[in-house]
Amino acid sequence: MQASLAATDIACRRGDRLLFRGLSFALGAGEAMQVLGANGTGKTSLLRILAGLLAPYAGSVSASGLPALLDGRLPLDEHLPLGEALAFWNRIDGGAISPEVLAMHGLDTLLDVPVRYLSTGQRKRAAIVQSNARQAAIWLLDEPLNGLDIHAGERLQSAVAHYCAQGGIAMIASHQPFAVPDLQTLDLAEFAV
Amino acid sequence: MSGFARLLRRDLSLLLGNGRGGPLLPMLFFVAVAVLFPFAVGPDAPLLARTGGGVLWIAALLASILPIDRLVTPDVKAGVFDQLALRGLSEELAMAARLLAHWLSFGPLLLLATLPAAALLGLDGRTLQTLLLGLLAGTPGLAAIGLVIAALTTALRSGAALGGLLLVPLGVPILIFGAGALARPDDTGIALCAAISLALCAVAPFAAGAAIRAGREG
Repeated sequence: MQASLAATDIACRRGDRLLFRGLSFALGAGEAMQVLGANGTGKTSLLRILAGLLAPYAGSVSASGLPALLDGRLPLDEHLPLGEALAFWNRIDGGAISPEVLAMHGLDTLLDVPVRYLSTGQRKRAAIVQSNARQAAIWLLDEPLNGLDIHAGERLQSAVAHYCAQGGIAMIASHQPFAVPDLQTLDLAEFAV
Repeated sequence: MSGFARLLRRDLSLLLGNGRGGPLLPMLFFVAVAVLFPFAVGPDAPLLARTGGGVLWIAALLASILPIDRLVTPDVKAGVFDQLALRGLSEELAMAARLLAHWLSFGPLLLLATLPAAALLGLDGRTLQTLLLGLLAGTPGLAAIGLVIAALTTALRSGAALGGLLLVPLGVPILIFGAGALARPDDTGIALCAAISLALCAVAPFAAGAAIRAGREG
């Protein structure tokens, strides 16, 4: 399946505030885009609209297949060891969370540690693995570098670059520079009301 | 293994294990009522035998309130249902699995606890039988109401307290027919109680699923 993600003239309303409107873009296979904008301009809401979790106030989104989303949360059971908590998502994803993937993100030595004892950066790494080990056609990343140390950040950036080279579409909402070849940018300030 | 079976497996280990407070608390609460009731009304055996069945029904209804606050909210906060939706597993499917796991984690234990509780109150064999059948018919309905309330109140700060208050009026029909069967010579009350339970169990996954989706807009 050829990956594609397109937004046509979408607007987003949260509560009684219109955050942005008239936003359109189209991404094809292998392309990456960084979403810029100050706090509260709707970066997270945009990613949730693209993921299909929020309905746009106006306009439409067309995407190929189900996207993967990395947000600020960790959907793992806090009381379980990391290995068992990830095993549930591994079963859902059909065995995609392989030992190689875990080793790449430095999680292979943490599998016996209960999720609630993990540090911020370790939780982020677990969330990265949970979000897209299944290699969905579209990967939405919300502030993916938050909490990661320099090495883990570089590993993530090279993982995203590799993912795009394989034909995936990446959409990154981040304040920090994100190094992926041919990164396009989308500034939400241009669409603010 | 289907998506439903995978969800059910996680939900069961979550609700039966120590992840969400464990299944013993509602059961102990239920038995505690049977222990305390004779102290409150005195050692009047005929009175206890006459009123004991109804008291145990009230205890069962109140015990079903206890798991509500941790039934859905932690998963909503952690984004579990969002991640399932992104994998094509609907909120309805997740809620159906959660309903079954919820009943399995408190219904059978409650039925088991009914035996010592009935002995403490001196209920006779026929009353015990009617009580067990009634609870078997009624507890799935109580589980369904609890699940819908849990999904509806998950965004509220005082959801736990409100959930308890909401379950009381919604559980009244089950209580009327289930406990009412104790005073009737036939089983029509239990049949009606089971009918209400079935209807609630059929509706609950859709109502709870819709509540979780609506909660995303908040």
